[in-house]
Amino acid sequence: MTDQTGLSGLVDRAAMVTPPVVARRARGLSERAIAWLFITPTMLLLLAINIFPLIWTIRLSFTNYRANRPNATVLDVGLANYQSILTDPDVWAAMTVTARFVFWSILIQTVLGFTLAWLIDKKFRGHGLWTTLILLPMMLSPAVVGNFWTFLYQPQIGLFNYVISAATGAPASSFQMLAQVPLAPWAIVIVDTWMWTPYVMLICLAGLRSIPDYIYEAAEVDRASPWRQFWSITLPMALPFIMLAVLFRGIENFKMFDMVNLLTGGGPGSTTEVASITLKREAFEKWRTGYSSAFAIILFVTVFGLANIYVKALNRVKNR
Amino acid sequence: MKLLQTFALTATVAAAAAFGASAPARAEGKTITLCWAAWDPANALVELSKDFTAKTGVNMKFEFVPWPNFADRMLNELNSKGKLCDLMIGDSQWIGGAAENGQYVKLNEFFDKEGIKISDFMPATVAGYAEWPKGSPNYWALPAMGDANGWTYRKDWFSRPEIREEFKKKFGRELEVPKTQEELKDIAEFFQKRVIDGKTVYGAAIFTERGSEGITMGVTNALYPFGFKYQNPKKPYDMQGFVNSDDAVKGLEFYKALYKCCTPPGYSNGYMQEGLDAFKSGQVALQMNWFAFFPGLYKDPNVGGDRIGFFVNPAQKEKGSQLGGQGISVVAYSPNRPEALAYIKWFASLDTQKKWWALGGYSCHKGVLNDPNFKNTAPFAADFLVAMDQVVDFWAEPSYAQLLLAMQKRVHDYVVADQGTAKGALDGLIVDWTKVFKEDGKL
Repeated sequence: MTDQTGLSGLVDRAAMVTPPVVARRARGLSERAIAWLFITPTMLLLLAINIFPLIWTIRLSFTNYRANRPNATVLDVGLANYQSILTDPDVWAAMTVTARFVFWSILIQTVLGFTLAWLIDKKFRGHGLWTTLILLPMMLSPAVVGNFWTFLYQPQIGLFNYVISAATGAPASSFQMLAQVPLAPWAIVIVDTWMWTPYVMLICLAGLRSIPDYIYEAAEVDRASPWRQFWSITLPMALPFIMLAVLFRGIENFKMFDMVNLLTGGGPGSTTEVASITLKREAFEKWRTGYSSAFAIILFVTVFGLANIYVKALNRVKNR
Repeated sequence: MKLLQTFALTATVAAAAAFGASAPARAEGKTITLCWAAWDPANALVELSKDFTAKTGVNMKFEFVPWPNFADRMLNELNSKGKLCDLMIGDSQWIGGAAENGQYVKLNEFFDKEGIKISDFMPATVAGYAEWPKGSPNYWALPAMGDANGWTYRKDWFSRPEIREEFKKKFGRELEVPKTQEELKDIAEFFQKRVIDGKTVYGAAIFTERGSEGITMGVTNALYPFGFKYQNPKKPYDMQGFVNSDDAVKGLEFYKALYKCCTPPGYSNGYMQEGLDAFKSGQVALQMNWFAFFPGLYKDPNVGGDRIGFFVNPAQKEKGSQLGGQGISVVAYSPNRPEALAYIKWFASLDTQKKWWALGGYSCHKGVLNDPNFKNTAPFAADFLVAMDQVVDFWAEPSYAQLLLAMQKRVHDYVVADQGTAKGALDGLIVDWTKVFKEDGKL
């Protein structure tokens, strides 16, 4: 009986699905050898760039290693790094900032993204052009977006302030979006929403377009109102797609670094210091490699755990 | 095989030793790379280094990184034992770490052999840019670029009769270069939101940057004159009553008041470049910045020449300016050590140092600085001498990055984000720094 588990099982299964004409012996190589030949480079690459760094990071997280002190003795410190991180108020502050940022940006992006998708799905005149225009921010690099919005937010010459000023009547320079503690987190949420709402919209649009027309036709026959159709057909059937968009954006926002770094660098004070900024400071500015490895593992486990719970909920919704 | 390797290594070492100072003559076509920050003095160094190539035949390559990324990029290079840089003009605070980790070549023997006298250089720059441990005769760099924090002001605005008259009416004294920190704040407040030539201008561009070292370099410029000390002079690493003394608290409160009253709107993350932009665009009357930028500012067509004036960081209870500047070191992993050392030898000569100053670099050589005519060579030359005589440096410990980031956070939280009190920020700083020194085994 063929072993169906592990790497060997994978190779056997690959060999079984190989078409007979290719499976013949070539230059004296067996089917299994050919399968190994094709799979091995990928496996090695995967091990080198994914598995090995992960294992190495886990190993380092139990040490006091510092990458900037090659001559220092490396000691095993057990769970001390983990204990230190989980009792550090600065780390908890950064996690709180991250959680708030993830919550508000996802909430706003989901509502806006779904609304835009619902409007675009109506196929009004010029909807193709509008779709292209809405998608533009998503195509830009975060570095460009960060610098671009830094100028927009500039209190004296930034366009953003003039727009707000025109709408509210307040002086333009009174909105110091990146400099004031209450406004800075919202400044980042606004930019992230501007950039990534189109992405949510695309996924929601795919969901809306997947709903068969005959369901709406049946609802029309039953004289269901548009509101009733929305609540009973559109929203439930698009829900798995919306949840998928929330999952993708949630994972991305939890790891958010570039935009925050460019816009505020974590400031003013530590108001916008998300977990990834703290991690970067620990790893590449303070050079506390062991400590930051433990921090990275904690973040990884957090994202992985939350994503797993969420995927289970997603599957339940899909199977309803 | 091992025997062969040993032989090859011995032969290489012997050849390198024999090569020594005469290396340049035989190094035609070789290229060495000098790493530094991307700023005005680096351009002057490119110009200056052409003489080295002409004299020795060794070509020069330059790797200049913008200041905000300079430490990240270059410390990564050193920590990964990279061979990109043969010569490094690294920050003064790196000396401790680079020396202890064997990243820089110790230069004592080389200096002795080549007759380079470290005593030819200003003592403050030797202590700041070359020594480790501090106060010991162990040299890991040659002082290359003297620098300190100073101020520029709009001389043309200061000289306007109507402005002078209004200032005198308000403060009862002439509008002149400030002699104290309080006077500086008065002037900044006076100019804040004033309309000059139909344009609203502001008081002062000061350092408030959060990410790298900005706000620390700025706030210490206020803390030192008010009486802040890093430690008890009689007991190293004893910080209680020094870092958080009443005078230090007053200094920190002063900096916050200066930030709140007198900076342009939204100026919460400004460092060197933002200060230069604010000054050059005519937004501010005063600007805190490094002397290194002053030659460039003096040449600026809009605000330079007769329109700009310079002054040393004013005293309050005592004198003090934040030390900037860097030394030049030979990277231990360099495969071109003889050529790199030859560059140091050439750079240390008085003729080269004179030309270095003439091109816009700040020489640390006494032969240049003690020249009776030095003060007349540039409008900021005299102030530079005064500033270098009162400089104080941040911790230069191997853990300086941890110490620096702790201060960045504490100070930014208080000054910019309005959290807590000055006393609380400085008390917290002692907690952070004590933790670092304990981890390092210093306490």
